[in-house]
Amino acid sequence: MSFLSWVPAASTPLAAPADDGPGNPWFSWQYVTDNAGTILTKLGFHVGITLETVVIALLVAVPLAVVAYWIRPLTGPILALSGVLYTIPSLALLALLAPLLGATNRATVLIALVLYALLLLIRNALTGLTQVPSEVRDAAAGMGYGRFGRLWHVELPLALPGIITGLRLATVSTVALVTIGAIIGQGGLGDLIMGGFWNNFYRAEITTGTVLCVGLALILDLALVGLGRLLTPWSRRRVA
Amino acid sequence: MNYFKDGLIWLNDPLNWTNPGGLFDRLQEHLVITFWAVLLGCAIGLPLGIWLGHRGRGGGAVITVANLTRAVPTLALLTILPLTPIGFGKLPVILALAVFAVPPLLANAYTGLRSVDPETKDAAIGMGLSGGQLLRRVELPLAVPYLAGGLRTAAVQVVATATLATFVNGGGLGQIITAGFGLGINVGGDQIVAGGIAVVLLALLVEAVFAGVERLVTPRPLRTVRRRRVARPVTST
Repeated sequence: MSFLSWVPAASTPLAAPADDGPGNPWFSWQYVTDNAGTILTKLGFHVGITLETVVIALLVAVPLAVVAYWIRPLTGPILALSGVLYTIPSLALLALLAPLLGATNRATVLIALVLYALLLLIRNALTGLTQVPSEVRDAAAGMGYGRFGRLWHVELPLALPGIITGLRLATVSTVALVTIGAIIGQGGLGDLIMGGFWNNFYRAEITTGTVLCVGLALILDLALVGLGRLLTPWSRRRVA
Repeated sequence: MNYFKDGLIWLNDPLNWTNPGGLFDRLQEHLVITFWAVLLGCAIGLPLGIWLGHRGRGGGAVITVANLTRAVPTLALLTILPLTPIGFGKLPVILALAVFAVPPLLANAYTGLRSVDPETKDAAIGMGLSGGQLLRRVELPLAVPYLAGGLRTAAVQVVATATLATFVNGGGLGQIITAGFGLGINVGGDQIVAGGIAVVLLALLVEAVFAGVERLVTPRPLRTVRRRRVARPVTST
């Protein structure tokens, strides 16, 4: 199999590395300013697909976790299934989804990402729910809360730290995972990383993509930590 | 399920297995890369985790390392390492994968040693065991379920991530998938699906084998402890 057997799907034309100074520097402002438009588009795509993934996954995962929590016999199988599904390599999942949904489709990447985020979120939400002390549940029942009232006013708020942990995990790993979409030209910053690699190993482009990717993950993670502190003011004293 | 059937038909063709660059070649590359990456990860992660757990220090650092590696895309390491003085070839791929094998091994080794009952350790020290003896005769045997759990997580993770080596032409089963994408979805669709199936089966097989190993090396009285294993530090694969 020759070196050329695989061609990047949608590589955008980029400035040649010629005017970046001698050699092939790891970072170049020249590259960033010349390609600001492309970089911003890729960054926007990355942020957009990450947020979309996390929101969809959250909307599906929390109800599923509640169902697994209410119907105890389902807890074990759901956790086991999510563990097994998580071992499926992302590229394989893309490969299995691509013929079904289209090979250069944003939805293909989105669905693969949602599946992974879903597994992380269900696991953590369920852990959070099952860690609600039974005395608390009894007390809530004794105060006259019904099943939904208890869930909404007592159990979900107490499970919030677990859900937030799941959200942080899911967000950070989604940001990193979006890059795999580069194989079908839907990788956001991953397109920059792969584009640089196939464009004569253009280091500046690879570094820019990587730095933005890691930075994005850290910023979103910090934002979620802040959100968690806002949503669970009662845990602040204990954590500090 | 038509496209799935196409994939199975592709897999059923013996030539697709025995051709140069066929499934057998790629599988061998995949396993070789995985083996060395896991071994390297063990050589770094286990001693460090055991030492930190024995001294009871550095828990924060362990968590930070695990979280930081989660934010780094595998693709970035795979593309950056060959451009450093390391050069091209198998070595940068193995190094990149080993980086992702270290956190589960490190975290599980640390947790395993930390979770040994302090009273047991006190009793051992009271019996006159030195630090080294305490580690060898008490802490390590009790931490075996955690160590094995870490090895399992790391192995599954590396075997899954090794698929991505193909992005930098590093070989492995992922190469089947990317070659299929290179042909285009209409011509290479069956090959894409076949590669996907092969990778999934390999990952599940490795998971099953290491789950068996984990069970074998865990002494019977400790088997219930297995469930208390730390949540696997999940990284993007």
